[in-house]
Amino acid sequence: MRFETPATINPIDQLKVVGKPADRIDGPLKTTGTARYAYEHHEGISNPAYGYVIGSAIAKGRITGIDLAAAKSAPGVRAIVTADNAGKLGKGDRNTAKLLGGPDIEHYHQAIALVVADTFEQARAAAELVRVDYVRTDGAFDLAAAKDIAKPQAVFGGPADTAVGDFADAFAAAPVQLDASYTTPDQAHAMMEPHASIAAWNGDKLTLWTSNQMIAWGVGEVAKTLDIPKENVRLISPFIGGGFGSKLFVRSDALLAALGARATGRPVKVALPRPFVFNNTTHRPATIQRIRIGAARDGKISAIGHEEWSGNLPGGRPEGAVAQTRLLYAGANRMTATRLAELNLPEGNAMRAPGEASGMMALEIAVDEMAERLGMDPIEFRIINDTQVDPEKPERPFSQRRLTECLRTGAERFGWNKRNPQPGGVRDGRWLVGMGVAAAFRNNLLTKSAARVRLDNNGVVTVETDMTDIGTGSYTIIAQTAAEMMGVPMEKVVVRLGDSTFPVSSGSGGQWGGNNSTAGVYAACVKLRESIAQKLGFNSAEAEFADGEVRSGNRRVPLAQAAGDGGLSAEDGIEYGDIDKKYQQSTFGAHFVEVGVDAATAEIRVRRMLAVCAAGRILNPKTARSQVIGAMTMGVGAALMEELVVDERAGFFVNHDLAGYEVPVHADIPHQDMIFLDETDPMSSPMKAKGVAELGICGVAAAVANAVYNATGVRVRDYPITLDKLLERLPNVG
Amino acid sequence: MKSPSDFELSRRKLLAGSAASIALTAAPSIVNAQVPAVEAAVADVSAEWKVSFTVNGTARGLTLDPRTTLLDSLREHLHLTGTKKGCDHGQCGACTVIVGGRRINSCMTLAVMHEGERITTVEGLGTPENMHPMQAAFVKHDGYQCGYCTPGQICSAVAVLDEIKAGIPSHVSADLNAPPQLSNSELRERMSGNICRCGAYSNIAEAISEVAGRPA
Repeated sequence: MRFETPATINPIDQLKVVGKPADRIDGPLKTTGTARYAYEHHEGISNPAYGYVIGSAIAKGRITGIDLAAAKSAPGVRAIVTADNAGKLGKGDRNTAKLLGGPDIEHYHQAIALVVADTFEQARAAAELVRVDYVRTDGAFDLAAAKDIAKPQAVFGGPADTAVGDFADAFAAAPVQLDASYTTPDQAHAMMEPHASIAAWNGDKLTLWTSNQMIAWGVGEVAKTLDIPKENVRLISPFIGGGFGSKLFVRSDALLAALGARATGRPVKVALPRPFVFNNTTHRPATIQRIRIGAARDGKISAIGHEEWSGNLPGGRPEGAVAQTRLLYAGANRMTATRLAELNLPEGNAMRAPGEASGMMALEIAVDEMAERLGMDPIEFRIINDTQVDPEKPERPFSQRRLTECLRTGAERFGWNKRNPQPGGVRDGRWLVGMGVAAAFRNNLLTKSAARVRLDNNGVVTVETDMTDIGTGSYTIIAQTAAEMMGVPMEKVVVRLGDSTFPVSSGSGGQWGGNNSTAGVYAACVKLRESIAQKLGFNSAEAEFADGEVRSGNRRVPLAQAAGDGGLSAEDGIEYGDIDKKYQQSTFGAHFVEVGVDAATAEIRVRRMLAVCAAGRILNPKTARSQVIGAMTMGVGAALMEELVVDERAGFFVNHDLAGYEVPVHADIPHQDMIFLDETDPMSSPMKAKGVAELGICGVAAAVANAVYNATGVRVRDYPITLDKLLERLPNVG
Repeated sequence: MKSPSDFELSRRKLLAGSAASIALTAAPSIVNAQVPAVEAAVADVSAEWKVSFTVNGTARGLTLDPRTTLLDSLREHLHLTGTKKGCDHGQCGACTVIVGGRRINSCMTLAVMHEGERITTVEGLGTPENMHPMQAAFVKHDGYQCGYCTPGQICSAVAVLDEIKAGIPSHVSADLNAPPQLSNSELRERMSGNICRCGAYSNIAEAISEVAGRPA
């Protein structure tokens, strides 16, 4: 099905099932420990061996020798895979560094060997016996030091440099100006399930039970890396213990499990040890950002400029932190610049809202600072600079843009009128109390997605698509979509996901999964409805599907009967024309945060949080709300604690486990409120939905930062905002 | 087998400079180790140990490599994969099980240390068809997303309510002599050993509060 013109009324608009806060259909499996994750499949996998990965102990250089003798003779060892004996390997298009390094080393903890043994304990012990000699060469590990030699680099969604009007003159002429720099650190996804795979060969066919957000990408990358036909690779990933972008791509666990299984002739299980994940896999790259805003005294922006510097391995991409600044606020004169430095740290890549999450951390502090210079309320400053059209191309409107309503609704609900605009002016016992606000913004992406739908003679509808559920609720919203389309209760829908033998979906990433994958299911259901109507001799345009029946005029036939003994099935997908070129599709929100800062110790506690989001039709308010509050939680982490600390001599992330890389815990997070504005977006798909999962993180950290400023009068422009950055500048409170 | 002094030499060489040919073991912890990694003696591990304990009411006997953690004995040997491995270091809580009525991180203890003990895992609390009230409350309040930390959260939550009932104070208990309260701050403090990266904390707190019979 091609989607080229705005959606009109369709069966989804009945909203009998879609739009309801249904409990997750996979909930009883997840809460009873019966959902099977990558490392946990036992059926059909006999006598597996265990692989333990060895990583490079240097960041850049070369292996001059590996002594495997002691490890090979250790108890239980069956094989040791290295680049020397793995055969010729390709590299996936989406991997920057090789998944199996050697002799050249591209980054610290790049995988260099897999020890395979009968048990996990044997493999781990034998890995300790492998002796590696290296020659280390100099690398670049310090973004600030490499900033001045960074090169222009295009970033997804735009060229390295953008310009509209004359930024330099307009900024120079502006009566009120801001020119400030901000930094965001390297961050880790730190999803709870480490990357894990089980590989089994049957002749020349490979099956990988793995933890991957993008099944079809994964098949292609595995095939390319192993130089085998795609048809010979099957990926199975029904449950994924969190991804946030870290599982968009095939990682070393999958490749090494496949190689280990080939070397031993047995199924091989590989999970990356937690302390290995942080340097072996990908992370969100650090940024340095400079933002300049010029405005008239009435607050109207005349010039806005955003420059970003980030680093990555040779061939890697920049973070993309300027993206939202091209679209979020009005202003006739604009510029952005993206610069990329070569660094020899581990691979930087997508993490939840790549680009915008980092960009909004800086931009939304800058907007707060500018409002203060203008003597304006930061909400009013945002509202007078709202735009209903793409500021670079005024002939191109937003499909929906309700930023102002998000800000106003949130202000009222949060009690913004009680905020004291004078920083440091509110005390509650030992706490300095402040409120902060930030806009939320993230683009909505359209990408094709297919599904197969089958109706059996019990009236059960089975949906199969290679879509993944990484905690987003895909199982449930797909069941709701099929139930709505076929006129059956959710209990009559079976959803099967995450298997490369199913039709190719959008997969999960970039907050595109919800809208696109359900639109694909919609398309398949339309086709199934047509074939049912045709079989019954009904006019498919008039046939009504409701209450487990199909009706037309006076005739009504139960679906089970319509299916007949053989059942009926249909396969189709959604594909898009250029509707997203004609209309800018984005999602909007507003984040409100109240913090308390201990007047003596500068300890920061988040006291209240509220998000208001406008993101098209909300297919399931319960699971969508969870996406947003989860993103708010990750935003608190970004604001207050998350930082991969770089060892600039040895070139690696020092705090590479969950004790050193701090993420929010229960005690850090108060009750969270969130509101969805009632919205449908007919430009997005027949579902009229958009993404929410990444919108939820964009702006949160800045709202926290702005609240800390309001509480203390201390402006911190270098994340995370830790108490050492506040302590010496706290107001003298006697 | 290298001696600690060999190791120190290697480490100094590594840190001393670039382009020096250096030798070190491949153990990933070498460069950044705070404490020199003492290489585990390669003991004769052909010896297997027997252990018997009760899991979810069923007597189980295992013959194991003595280095097997309680966690891996459950997951790899008994195929009770509800208990999750998130960090294998006692940092995330995904492996929480209840042993003798107390919650522990099953990754931080060896299976053979639990001879004769009674172990409850998330599978022992309820089944999809017959969920424990805490499991049902997590479903109702969407107290999870990816589900990987969920069994640990649920085992912890069940044990936390028992700890409060038993009068065991926490870091945030104002009065160590008074019975601890079922307050939001008590629940959040006691649950803080169970990380949820999806960020379902607010919903988890509501699920636990409902089971405990107090408003969140």
